[in-house]
Amino acid sequence: MTTLVPNDAVTTSASPAGPSVVRPRWLSVVGVLGVLTMIATVWLGLWITPPDQVQGNLARLLYIHPPIATVALYWAGGVAAAGSLLYLWPRTRSLFWDRLAAAAVEVGAVFSALTLITGSLWGRPVWGVWWTWDARLTSTALLLLLELGYMALRRVPADPAIRARRCAVAALLVAVDVPIVHFSVDWWQTLHQGGTILDPGFHLHVHGSMLWTLLLGFISFSLLFVWFLGVRYRIEVLQDEVGDQELEVSLSERWSETNAIGTLGSSTSPDGDRS
Amino acid sequence: MWRDAVLVAGKDLRIEARSRVALWQVVPFAILVLVLVAFAIGPNESDLRHAAPGIFWIAVLFSTVLSIQRSVAVESGEGTRDGLRLSGIDPAGIFLGKAAAVGFQLLVLQIVLWAGVTFLFDVRVHIIWLAVTASLLATVGLACAGVLYGALSAGLRVRDTLLPLLVLPVLAPVLLAGSKAWQAALSTHAGTGAQWLRLLIPFAVIYLVIGVVLYGPLQEAA
Repeated sequence: MTTLVPNDAVTTSASPAGPSVVRPRWLSVVGVLGVLTMIATVWLGLWITPPDQVQGNLARLLYIHPPIATVALYWAGGVAAAGSLLYLWPRTRSLFWDRLAAAAVEVGAVFSALTLITGSLWGRPVWGVWWTWDARLTSTALLLLLELGYMALRRVPADPAIRARRCAVAALLVAVDVPIVHFSVDWWQTLHQGGTILDPGFHLHVHGSMLWTLLLGFISFSLLFVWFLGVRYRIEVLQDEVGDQELEVSLSERWSETNAIGTLGSSTSPDGDRS
Repeated sequence: MWRDAVLVAGKDLRIEARSRVALWQVVPFAILVLVLVAFAIGPNESDLRHAAPGIFWIAVLFSTVLSIQRSVAVESGEGTRDGLRLSGIDPAGIFLGKAAAVGFQLLVLQIVLWAGVTFLFDVRVHIIWLAVTASLLATVGLACAGVLYGALSAGLRVRDTLLPLLVLPVLAPVLLAGSKAWQAALSTHAGTGAQWLRLLIPFAVIYLVIGVVLYGPLQEAA
């Protein structure tokens, strides 16, 4: 791309202050901890823990499937619902909650998809099918579709305040599905098992090193969720800033092009492919 | 609130009565869905009879999307939404009124579809109370959830493509419970059919309550 104006002139004129959100240190710490605990979970899960009595090596998938599902459902769903409620509540209304909810839905969508993928990888050898029309599977798939719908709605260009309000309502409607997924195993009692790790009387049903691995899995994925959430939040802020500056940048680009052409006295047309 | 609801519902239904969009577009579309799905399943009578409740509810669901789009389009004229907001009508009243208008159209549609299913697939509803209760509850849920999402997508240029994506996953529980209840109603014994009403009741109540509470903020966002 040949430019008639030095590129830095354009960028400096458009963003004099630079991004207003710096990367907080604690977030990087959380990220490093998340990755380290993840490595530990993989190591414990694949090499240290014994195979299961009934399922053999397949049980190893269960060190990550329940933690991923927990993040997708409760952490992401909870943050999205809380953020949206706090945004709609006039006293706590701030774009912070809106962005946090949006970040939570998007991270939640990734984890919902991972829940379905890890679940079907396990279901194929154990249940004999990739997919079954079980209540929990179906409602989780619906959750993913609802989250995709939210993201589609979010991409529609609009004034930030209007978009925030609209998305907050949409997120609350998505959140309606969360308790349905949670209770689906009790309400319909189909193929997917009910709560296994803790029964309603809070008695543990997993033993020894397997329990520790599973617990580490929960911690690891929760840390990763916080990290992703923070990073995604930051992207959201930067995106909004870029959106604000976009018009300014393109205007100044056009102006400088015209000026440059004027001073050069060139008859050639400016590049058509400039972005 | 109730008086406002009656006013808005009356307005929407009068527009429908005069424009006949629901009658000449939505109803034929629903019947078209019946026929198309039947083509996809094939001419085997027992297959069709087995699939009839599902086909019925698929037709209802797709028609709901059309009705909602129509219900939003009625308000999309120049300044109509502002007029509605300036009129001082309670937002909850607008929500209930629009939902009632959509619900009424859906009920009429279901009667037509009932006849269509009976005629095309040779099925008979044996347990009428179950079918009627399921339809009534489902209609409340469909109308409330639909109008809510309609308001959400109102004023967007991508409204027509976005609405089905947003609303159809939400309406899926109605499809599920409605089909199961109707399956039971078509057989001679209720069996577990009545249990599915327990899914339809909370669905209707949840979206009714959410709609009454959130329609105001949504309207401001549109």
